[in-house]
Amino acid sequence: MSENSTNFIKIPDREPPINSIGWLAWIRHNLFGSTTNTIITVLFFYFFYLYIPPFVDWAILNANISGSDRSVCDANKEGACWTFIKVRLDQLLFGLYFATNPEEIWRPIFVFALFGMLVVPLVIDSTPHKKWLLMILLTIYPVIFIAVVYGGVFGIPVSDTGQWGGLLLTFALAFVGIVLALPLGILLALGRRSEMPIVRALSITYIEFWRGTPLITILFMASVMLPLFFPSGVEFDKVVRAMIGITLFQSAYTAEAVRGGLQAIDKGQNEASMALGMGYWRRTMLIVLPQALKISIPSIVNTFIALFKDTSLVSIIGLLDLLKMSQNASRSLDWNGYDIEGYLFAGFIFWIFCFGMSSYSQKLEQKLDTDRRSE
Amino acid sequence: MTSTTAPKNSIDTDNAPIITIDKLNKWYGKFHVLKDIDLSVNKTEKIVICGPSGSGKSTLIRCINRLEVHQEGSIIVDGTELTDDVKHINEIRSDVGMVFQHFNLFPHLTVLENCTLAPIWVRKKSKIEADEIGMELLTKVRIPDQAHKYPGQLSGGQQQRVAIARALCMQPRVMLFDEPTSALDPEMIKEVLETMIELAESGMTMLVVTHEMGFANKVADRVIFMDEGQIVEQNDPGNFFNNPKSDRTKLFLSQILEH
Repeated sequence: MSENSTNFIKIPDREPPINSIGWLAWIRHNLFGSTTNTIITVLFFYFFYLYIPPFVDWAILNANISGSDRSVCDANKEGACWTFIKVRLDQLLFGLYFATNPEEIWRPIFVFALFGMLVVPLVIDSTPHKKWLLMILLTIYPVIFIAVVYGGVFGIPVSDTGQWGGLLLTFALAFVGIVLALPLGILLALGRRSEMPIVRALSITYIEFWRGTPLITILFMASVMLPLFFPSGVEFDKVVRAMIGITLFQSAYTAEAVRGGLQAIDKGQNEASMALGMGYWRRTMLIVLPQALKISIPSIVNTFIALFKDTSLVSIIGLLDLLKMSQNASRSLDWNGYDIEGYLFAGFIFWIFCFGMSSYSQKLEQKLDTDRRSE
Repeated sequence: MTSTTAPKNSIDTDNAPIITIDKLNKWYGKFHVLKDIDLSVNKTEKIVICGPSGSGKSTLIRCINRLEVHQEGSIIVDGTELTDDVKHINEIRSDVGMVFQHFNLFPHLTVLENCTLAPIWVRKKSKIEADEIGMELLTKVRIPDQAHKYPGQLSGGQQQRVAIARALCMQPRVMLFDEPTSALDPEMIKEVLETMIELAESGMTMLVVTHEMGFANKVADRVIFMDEGQIVEQNDPGNFFNNPKSDRTKLFLSQILEH
C-alpha cells in the first residue's frame, strides 16, 4: 500500500429516483415502453373492447335463467339459456341414476361436500395436522365414496355404475387415476433408475409401452379385449375397467415426471446420506424423494391436469362423463339447439378443477422452496 | 473439543491400527486409478493426503467408507473388512464421518435437522437426545444461532462447519475430509480450518485430502504424497516439507508453495 492510502468509507443507501417507482412509471415502462409495446397495448385493448362486452351481454346481462322449459329461452334469443343448465343440473353433475332417483341425490352431494371439507383446509396455511388430513383424503375418503355412492352397505341401495355420469363420473375416474398412479409412478421412476438390471428393464418396458399407446386405444382394449381374457361368466364393471386403463396409462406419465425430479438431485445428496450409514429406502424416503418430488410438482400436476381432461375420452366406450352428458342433454328434444351453453358449462367445471390443482401446486412450490427462503 | 467427539472407547489402549489397507487396487472401467496402496492408520493419527488432481487421493478416502468399490486388496476398518455385505457397510459408514468438498448438506432440512437425521434414523436416538447432541456440536462449530435456518441461507464456510457437525453427531471413530476447503472463498477457508484444528486437538483420527500445506504442517502426524494412483512418499511434516526424497514430490511442492 502507498502512503496516501485512505480508509474504506461506505456510501449511505439512498431512495430510488421518484419517477422510477409508482404505478404511472410502471405503466409508462411496461405498456408503452417501445413502439412495438405501444402497438400491442393498443391492439389488445381494441380487441378487448370488440369482443368482451358482447360476450358479457350474452352470457350475463341478457341471459335467461328463469322458468323450467325452453319457452323462456326461445322468446329471448339474445341471451344465453342458463335455464337449460338449471333444469338439467342434477343430470350434468351426478348422472342419470341420481337425477332420476331424487331421494338418493344426497349421496353424491355428500361425497362432494366431504371432498370440499377435506380439501379447503389443506389449502389454508394455518391448518394443523395437514399430513393426517391428506392421509384421510387418500385412504378413508375413497372407501366412504364407494360405500355412499355405490352403496350396498348400511342399507344404501346399490347404484348401477353404468348409470353413473356427469361430474361424478369424471371426478371418480380422475381421483382414482391420480391417487393410484402417483405411488405406482414413483415406484416405476425409482425402478427405472435402479441398479438392478431386471428391475430397470421391467420399469422401462412398462413405462414405454403405456406411454407410447394412446389413451383411446387403452380404453378400447380395456373395454373390448379385457373380457376376452376372462371366462365368459365373469362380468367386469365398465367403470372399473376404465379406471384400470386410466391408472396404468397415468402411472407411466407420472413416472416420467418423477424421474425428471430424481435426475435433478445432485449425486452428492445420495453420497452424503450413504456416508451417514443410511440404507437405500431411508435415503430414498428421507433425502432423495422429498427433494425430487418438490422439483417435479409442476410436471406431476401437469400430468394430473391432462388426465382430468382426458377422462372425457371414456365417452367412446359408452360412459357419460361431464362433457358427453352436456352434449347429450343439449341434444335432447327438450333442449335441442342449446349446445353452446352445455359446452360452456362443462368447460367451466373442468376449468375450476384444473385451475384449482394448478393454484394448489404453485402454493405448494412456494411453501417448499427452502433454497430461496430468506427469513 | 472434548468428551463427546473423542472415540467412544478411548479407554482401550491397544495400538492396533483403526484402518488397514493392504495391496489396494481399483479401476474405473479400464483406467487403473489406485495401484498397490498399502496404508495403516493408528488411532488418533492425523494424516494429510496431497497430490495433483487425478492422482487418486479422493478415490482412496472414498474407498474407506465404500463410496467407491475396490477390485483387489483389502480394507479393514475398525476390525471389519469392507465387503459387499450391506449391513456391514452401513455399520462402518455410521462409524466413519465424511466431509465433502461441496458440503452436500440436505437443502430441504434445517441445519439442526441435518445434524439429527442420521442419529435418529440410524442410531435410533430419541428426537430430544438427538437435538441435544446436535445443538452441542453446532455450538462447538460456533453456529448454534443458525440451527433453525436452512443451509441455503448460510455462507459456504458456515455450511461446511454444519457438515462437520453433522458428521460428528454420529460420534464417528474416524473422520474423512475430501478437499473440505476447495470450494470456499479465501475469507472462509480460515474458519473451517480452525474448526478442523480444534477437532484434531480433541484426539479424533483424521484423514484429510487437502492442499492447505499450512494446515498439514500444523496438524498432521504424517503427510502422504500421491501421484498416478500410487503413494510416492510419506513422512512427518517436518521432513516432508524440508527434505522431500523424490523429485516428483519436490516438483509438486515447488509448484504448490510458489504462491
